[in-house]
Amino acid sequence: MTEVSLGIPEMPAPDFPADVRARLETDAREVIARYPDSRSALLPLLHLVQSEEGYVSRTGIRFCSDVLDLTTAEVTAVATFYTMYRRKPSGDYQVGVCTNTLCAVMGGDAIFDELRGHLGVGNDETTADGKVTLEHIECNAACDFAPVVMVNWEFFDNQTPESAKKLVDDLIAGREVRPTRGAPLCTYKETARILAGFPDEREGAVEAGGSAGPASLAGLRLHRGETPGRTVPQQASDPDHQGGPVTEEGEG
Amino acid sequence: MTVESPEKLLVPVLSAFWDDPKSWTLETYRRHEGYQALHKALAMPPDDVIAYVKDSGLRGRGGAGFPTGMKWQFIPQGDGKPHYLVVNADESEPGTCKDIPLLYANPHSLIEGIVIACWAIRSNHAFIYLRGEVVPVLRRLHEAVREAYAAGYLGRNIQGSGFDLDITVHAGAGAYICGEETALLDSLEGRRGQPRLRPPFPAVEGLYACPTVVNNVESIASVPAIVNRGKEWFRTMGSEKSPGFTLYSLSGHVARPGQYEGPLGITLRQLLDMGGGMRPGHRLKFWTPGGSSTPMFTDEHLDVPLDYEGVGAAGSMLGTKALQCFDETTCVVRAVTRWTEFYAHESCGKCTPCREGTYWLVQLMRDIEAGKGRPEDLDKLNDIADNINGKSFCALGDGAAAPIFSSLKYFRAEYEEHIERQGCPFDPARSTAWADSSRTEVIA
Repeated sequence: MTEVSLGIPEMPAPDFPADVRARLETDAREVIARYPDSRSALLPLLHLVQSEEGYVSRTGIRFCSDVLDLTTAEVTAVATFYTMYRRKPSGDYQVGVCTNTLCAVMGGDAIFDELRGHLGVGNDETTADGKVTLEHIECNAACDFAPVVMVNWEFFDNQTPESAKKLVDDLIAGREVRPTRGAPLCTYKETARILAGFPDEREGAVEAGGSAGPASLAGLRLHRGETPGRTVPQQASDPDHQGGPVTEEGEG
Repeated sequence: MTVESPEKLLVPVLSAFWDDPKSWTLETYRRHEGYQALHKALAMPPDDVIAYVKDSGLRGRGGAGFPTGMKWQFIPQGDGKPHYLVVNADESEPGTCKDIPLLYANPHSLIEGIVIACWAIRSNHAFIYLRGEVVPVLRRLHEAVREAYAAGYLGRNIQGSGFDLDITVHAGAGAYICGEETALLDSLEGRRGQPRLRPPFPAVEGLYACPTVVNNVESIASVPAIVNRGKEWFRTMGSEKSPGFTLYSLSGHVARPGQYEGPLGITLRQLLDMGGGMRPGHRLKFWTPGGSSTPMFTDEHLDVPLDYEGVGAAGSMLGTKALQCFDETTCVVRAVTRWTEFYAHESCGKCTPCREGTYWLVQLMRDIEAGKGRPEDLDKLNDIADNINGKSFCALGDGAAAPIFSSLKYFRAEYEEHIERQGCPFDPARSTAWADSSRTEVIA
């Protein structure tokens, strides 16, 4: 006899624990109040539930649909359209190597291959300790700093295979890592909260990294008659770099 | 080779104080004439502000080059509906990297421009749609908006004018298509970012079906300087049809990649001359004038004036002025394959030519790059690109076709070589930033 399974519809997702739900509802009300129409809050709210669980779970989708009075199908359709929403639990640090054409040619492909071998994981896979998720990313608007690696969407400019390996080693070892431009790294969940529209409250976070990065100043320096000191930065751990040797901050 | 005085060509305006220790703060911005234009604008009737920006000749810096003042003028007035300004800060076009450093180093130029624009179009709510993948910029935008509220440049009764304005900073979630203005609006409404059929245009039915202006970051950020220093000053730069200053982004195998702010109409040769040329020992092979969606150029095009008309006449588009320069170590088939994979990945799936066409382009390109291509594949590539170009719902499809057409036009022999020798003749290691590190030289 052939058994044909029509499939039992999945049971509704469990809700967040009451205290978590209450906290998230307070945040959600603040997000919704920024928009003339509540549905506009959906993208930030998906970032918000991601800040709670590190990915968009069925529970997170249910929460968004509840507070916005949408169906879970409507929320799922949106959550699956955008690449920044993770569909499964992933690492504390998302290491994205730009492999769009310019970065790939400038060394992004080599960096990605090196990290894949070094970490023993493939694209969109996480190390066994749950620390690092490796990912191909698309152009991140920093082509004058190529090749670029993003960790939790902070810039690590002018990378090499060596600097990138050291970067992930530091992340895994729990050493402090500073981006080339921007604030000291926070975890993926903390980053997601900023993306939901809640400003980074850490002391000095806005100031960290200083003004424009070196490449951004190329024309201005020339205009001022300042002699450019060198050619293309050859290594990430370049002591001349305004942000310092990016992968050695934690040791200094 | 160096130019005698490159400073005569460059005109830092938006980038003028990016090296100030705290360039992103309100305090620094005010020291550099910040918010002076706002006072002038608020003293003018809104229609006069629109006319002024229109007369300046400012054209959209996001790629299409549509006159900014004209976009504002299309907003119907007295219609009783809310009006919205949406700033497109979704900068994601491969190669494009001007708005992100601008917002990181000088976010108040955008905030001031927004207030002026909203005064002009009678909008009380503006949105900044920032791509999500740039958290350092998001931090500074949050802070700049907070500072502007605290200083009375946003909120109720701005500077005693009776004008109210709120700004919402909105982080996207990773979708190139949201740079297309109608897809951006759908995304901002909490939907999948898919483009809308036009008409109706956003000026009539945009965000929440209300009149909406969607402008690029650099366009809006340029407005305060125009209002403050005068449209005549603005028109002293560039040409009659392409006046003003702009940010050129030099990247790739050049000696000094970076942002170069200057008048429209500058040439790549001039930019390379002042920027130290290509990396030592190499020569330019191909480049994009304004991101990967603009047909590529070669070293024949070094003297094309980089303005809307000049680049258009040479067969490409000014786009975002993202000058990605590749030297002779770069395989053009590899470059185009990667761009094509990008378009296939980012195609939203709404229309068939783009969704299916980009998929098949990737299959063909990968085969050719891997040495498994057949001679007839080249015509097939061209044919598929032709079936996407101009036949897709939005410009993403045209963008996907551009690298195919232009690379086949200039480098067909290189494609054929891949097919004939059944493999790629290039060594990717030679293209990397560190390939020549043993012979890095300092250019004095």
